[in-house]
Amino acid sequence: MSAHQALGGRIFTKPFLVLLLIFVVGLVFMVERFSSGMGAVSNLNGGFAWGIWVVFDVVVGTAFACGGYALAFMVYVFNKGQYHPLVRPAVLASLLGYALGGFGAFFDMGRFWQFYEIFIPGNWNFNSVMLEVGLCVAVYIIILALEFAPAVLEKFGMHGLLKSLNKVLFFLIALGVLLPTMHQSSLGSLLIAMGHKVHPLWQVDHMQPVLALISALIMGFSIVIFEASTSAVGFSRKSEASLLAKMRQVIIGLLSTFLIVRLLVLLVQGKLGLIFAADFASLMILLETALFAIPLVILLSPERSSRGSQLLIAAMCMLMAGSLYRFDAFLLTFNPGPGYSYFPSAAEIMITLGVVAFEIMAYLILVKTLPVLHREERAL
Amino acid sequence: MKRRDFLKATLGGTAATLCATSVEARPNLEPAPQAVGMLFDSTLCVGCKACVSKCKEVNDMPPVIDGDKTTWDSARDLSDQTLNVIKVYRDGNATTKDSEVDGYCFEKRSCMHCVDPGCVSVCPCTAMRQDKVTGIVTHHPDVCIGCRNCMVGCPYNVPQFEYNKLFGQIRKCELCNQPGVERINKGQMTGCAEACPTGSTLFGPREALLEEARRRMQLKPGELYRYPMGDITRPYNYHEKIVPTYKQHIWGEKEAGGTSVMHISSVSFDKLGMPPLEERSAASIAESVQHSVYSFMALPALALAGLTYTVRKNTRDHDEGDDQ
Repeated sequence: MSAHQALGGRIFTKPFLVLLLIFVVGLVFMVERFSSGMGAVSNLNGGFAWGIWVVFDVVVGTAFACGGYALAFMVYVFNKGQYHPLVRPAVLASLLGYALGGFGAFFDMGRFWQFYEIFIPGNWNFNSVMLEVGLCVAVYIIILALEFAPAVLEKFGMHGLLKSLNKVLFFLIALGVLLPTMHQSSLGSLLIAMGHKVHPLWQVDHMQPVLALISALIMGFSIVIFEASTSAVGFSRKSEASLLAKMRQVIIGLLSTFLIVRLLVLLVQGKLGLIFAADFASLMILLETALFAIPLVILLSPERSSRGSQLLIAAMCMLMAGSLYRFDAFLLTFNPGPGYSYFPSAAEIMITLGVVAFEIMAYLILVKTLPVLHREERAL
Repeated sequence: MKRRDFLKATLGGTAATLCATSVEARPNLEPAPQAVGMLFDSTLCVGCKACVSKCKEVNDMPPVIDGDKTTWDSARDLSDQTLNVIKVYRDGNATTKDSEVDGYCFEKRSCMHCVDPGCVSVCPCTAMRQDKVTGIVTHHPDVCIGCRNCMVGCPYNVPQFEYNKLFGQIRKCELCNQPGVERINKGQMTGCAEACPTGSTLFGPREALLEEARRRMQLKPGELYRYPMGDITRPYNYHEKIVPTYKQHIWGEKEAGGTSVMHISSVSFDKLGMPPLEERSAASIAESVQHSVYSFMALPALALAGLTYTVRKNTRDHDEGDDQ
């Protein structure tokens, strides 16, 4: 018997209908984008070729979807089997996050009708970081779908297929750890080639992949805590705070490494003074650093981190910290040169919100209909 | 594999990567053997925009009209309909030509045809290519997915996307050698150099142009100089003019690996809106990082082998645990 069960219950709840409304509004603008072109709905321009569709939907969105990655590391690499109950919901959230990141990349693609050109080996430019990101994310979406497949197979009683899948699952899990390590670091490497356009405080050259990867893992662990805490409240399930608190050693390690590396790089590059330049960029890096430091303070105290509310605050700080780090580097302090400015249009924002609403709706439907969440009391 | 062994292996791999980065760092690319380009001398430009008009004719693009200025093409910057533009620098009362203070001057913007082009380096589908012989950077929309990485990867914001079309494409100056035009292959010069009435835009081999630029740096302000017009290898005419006080700076000789389209001026380039570039190209740093991690996919393959072993072992442990 499976250790997971479908939550059941009504699908069309009030929050669900609100999400549906947001999704429909986004859909209207999406139709506009695919009938009149990007110029009709977005404020993208010659200097800001990447707006929130790339930066939020892909760069930040896939980092939010690193829960499956972070947990796979804990459970299967560091052999912490006690986190097993959290794996399946995390894999589902990752699958949805990445799938919609991939979809975001598609509607942001200027020449979407020939998107397949990136999959043709004859076209590949091995110098391109974007190639690595594109291919790696595409493969990872398939891997996540296969990792989640047992939930679907269990539901429909396809035990033969389930058995075969379980035999190769270890290899899929290994790939599921390797691929995000590759593309999450590469998402940072995208910044290197942008050179002077990236503010000096965020242009850390060789260390871009390292900072991007560590912050992606931090966000991955945070989203696991966040999801577990909110489903505990939202679905009135037992709190998993005691279980989550044990992750704190790893997160403490990641947070302190990130802060130390960030500081050391700026020191070596001779840019520390810019932190105190009292301009917009210095304000942003101080805010960002505070958001990384507050959860560190919370987690360093065993007493604090055993409390669900404190843990949730820490998780939210870390999610904001990682997001802000990406937004700062790619958009907020990005400077292509004189004559260019960017603020997303209402339509751009609505399309992005529509995508997020769709993601949450899909998550709600699937946890209610498929065996995703772990049984509270083990039926023996 | 024990957790400690795994950590050791991972740390070892990381250390090897970091060492490899410093050893195998890719230097800037060198100019193509027969690189062709242009030399723009801002002090010769009178702002007539004949080059802008000629460029539109060659590329079959409409004029851009700014407000009620309908008499001429009033494009203010590069766009999907303007691949070459003349901009104006003004300071104070703007009375003296080529003076930084209380002066004005003109500056050209078009593709710089970088020696180490960022757009070519970042393009996932090889839709941006650099000719191995001429160094000309061309765009090939047939394989382009429209990710626009070339736009963010260009230090000069040269590639421009046709946002206002549903089925748009990237547009950029291809040094008049794009399919259907091929002026360079036919032995002609670029349209803008041909149209320039003062020799401000001069076409030719990059080496010869660089030599000419260095010669002008050595000229004494106030003396007369015969400026060649058109193609430096066979000027169709000369323009005799008093030598201005040049800034001792040839833009494109070294910036980010150098460019085939070079600029000289008597107003400093930061005032003319040129980006703050160092000598090393960003593309070379990005490629160094990428190739040290992904060289022959050795590191990822090694990591996958280690992960597969560890995960297989640990999933077995879990299964046994479940059975008890």
